[in-house]
Amino acid sequence: MTAIGAALAAPAAVYLLFPPKVRKEGQWVDAADLTALPTGKPEEISFQRTRVDGWKVTSEKATAWVLKKSDSDVVAFAPQCTHLGCAYHWDDPSHTFICPCHTSAFSIDGKVLSGPAPRPLDRYEVKVDGSRLQIGPMEPHV
Amino acid sequence: MYKNIVEWLENRTGIETAIKNFLYEDIPASSGWHQVIGSMAVFFFIIQVFTGGLLAFNYAPTPGEAYNSVKYIMTELTGGSLIRGLHHWGASMMLIIVVLHMLQVFLYGAYKKPREATWMMGVVLLLVTLAFGLTGYLLPWDNRAYWGTVVTTQIAGQAPIAGQYLTRLLGGEGSVGNVTFSRFYALHTVLLPPLTMILIGIHIFLVRKHGVTPAVGDDKPRRKFFPEQVFKDTVGVAFAFIILFLMAVFAHVPLGRLADPTDTNFIPRPEWYFLFLFQTLKFFKGPLEAIGSVVLPGVAVLTLFLIPFIDRGPLVRLGKRTFAFAFAGLALIAWTGLTTAAIMTTPKTTEADETAPGAESLQAWQTLSPNELQGLGYFRSQNCKACHPGAGKTGIGPDLTKMIPAHRDAAWMIPHFKNPAQVVPGSSMPPVQLDDAGLNALSAFVLKLTPQNEQGLLAAPDFAVQGATLYQTKHCDACHQIQGVGKKVGPPLDNIGAHRDRTWLEKHFVDPRSMSPGSMMPPYKFTPPEMDAICKYLLQLPKAGG
Repeated sequence: MTAIGAALAAPAAVYLLFPPKVRKEGQWVDAADLTALPTGKPEEISFQRTRVDGWKVTSEKATAWVLKKSDSDVVAFAPQCTHLGCAYHWDDPSHTFICPCHTSAFSIDGKVLSGPAPRPLDRYEVKVDGSRLQIGPMEPHV
Repeated sequence: MYKNIVEWLENRTGIETAIKNFLYEDIPASSGWHQVIGSMAVFFFIIQVFTGGLLAFNYAPTPGEAYNSVKYIMTELTGGSLIRGLHHWGASMMLIIVVLHMLQVFLYGAYKKPREATWMMGVVLLLVTLAFGLTGYLLPWDNRAYWGTVVTTQIAGQAPIAGQYLTRLLGGEGSVGNVTFSRFYALHTVLLPPLTMILIGIHIFLVRKHGVTPAVGDDKPRRKFFPEQVFKDTVGVAFAFIILFLMAVFAHVPLGRLADPTDTNFIPRPEWYFLFLFQTLKFFKGPLEAIGSVVLPGVAVLTLFLIPFIDRGPLVRLGKRTFAFAFAGLALIAWTGLTTAAIMTTPKTTEADETAPGAESLQAWQTLSPNELQGLGYFRSQNCKACHPGAGKTGIGPDLTKMIPAHRDAAWMIPHFKNPAQVVPGSSMPPVQLDDAGLNALSAFVLKLTPQNEQGLLAAPDFAVQGATLYQTKHCDACHQIQGVGKKVGPPLDNIGAHRDRTWLEKHFVDPRSMSPGSMMPPYKFTPPEMDAICKYLLQLPKAGG
């Protein structure tokens, strides 16, 4: 009986707990025209990306806060607060990113200034190809 | 400490007494191996509930999605194909065990007074087991499932008087689709399992009420259920489970192509245990068909149900039940004969198994040729979607997946691209500004669109489109083949990812001869994004014929 239980529980455990095999997807997407972005001020851009969602590959709208420091130096922040995932926004007068949920504030380069956020804003990997900005997967957390 | 907990539990719930009552049931001295099958049936029901629950965790109960999610379970989840194997083979084994259990009870005459109700409840449980098989068969939503169910609902429709209502109840009016699917799913997962639990409960209650049937002339002192019979039951259960587990590991459960109502080549066959019915149908033609499909099975079930009232004689020794043996023997011969005949007349299926080990789990774009992928690139750059939104919606322009046949032709489409208003008077579509090769590629892609694949194709990753476009614009097909298209100067590139990696490809593009001495291929200079796209694209090319 114990053996039968184990023979059922073990496959059930790996079935539920192991992550699905990773499907190869085009991680990089052409996201924005850099010439249209202001320098030195974060701008929210939206773009289409494909995401593997269980058995489905969906093409969905994604957004990022992009800061163009110069034509070759660009940062793209993931649009969720690192505290509990609320959407934050750029507050120009105070020159900070502010999260409306628990008032976390981040500096223009993503550092936590105040509030409960545990780490700086997450970033996407970026590539600059001429005047086009390409956005890749999320950078691992520091 | 342990004793205290047990005492507390016993005091508050009486569970210890309950277990003791269960285990120390009086059973006849003649009980033995022949009575373990009932426990095995209960055990298999538990296995089905357990594995079914696990499957449901990753299963999308709508047509189309269902198929993709089963494929996902089979190919991407660790242990997924094992779980489905246990559920699939468990269903077959459960039915075999239920039938063996009935056969044993029948041969021993254990249905006789006062156990008639126990037997009748057992017949109902057999029907419920068959209903599980019938409804579960549709759920993978592959061709086999779809066409098998089409036949089933048609048969239900032949029932005299009730036919049309039955078909309507099964949602099979018109065609098998969303409604039938949802109803089968609801029956299989919501209605039948609790019903079965209640019926098993009543069945076991009745067994306990009347006690296990003793053999004729068994006047030895009665024994307890525990430990000897419990041990025998456990051995029986373990034995059956080992067989099931080996089947689940070694006998791959196939998943065919996605259900295709327009597939005229598919030959529907029901699950093996319904094959005899399927074969019986062939003997009845025209208006007599209902006899084979409804009347005969109905009479058979009714006979089975009423056996305790047909055979009312006293219990006799197993050896003296000649008539019962003859009856069971004849039924077995008839069943085997019909099933064999059905198997013999089934043409070999050409249906490929989409989840067989080694079978590629293809993404929609991988079914496109480089030319068609390049066309998809133009479809995007020309922003065709703005007026042809797809997904069943009509924008300014029509739904491209539902073009009339006369327009499903490059010879119509290309002049239309060049000058829409001339070909379709009044069209507000602007001319497509592409050269002939571009128009050709665009039409090749549009011709490929169907309502089923549209979403998948449009979600093709950028690297595939860019890679294929580079492949076309650099005229790689002048020397290489993909899916049989192109020249054979160099090696075909299908499934190249199986034996080459990224580094090799990059080096090969830069300096072919350093990697393939004697190669005639010229070096190619790509920008980093181009190199990225073409390498990724090539490495994900499926096998030829895939």
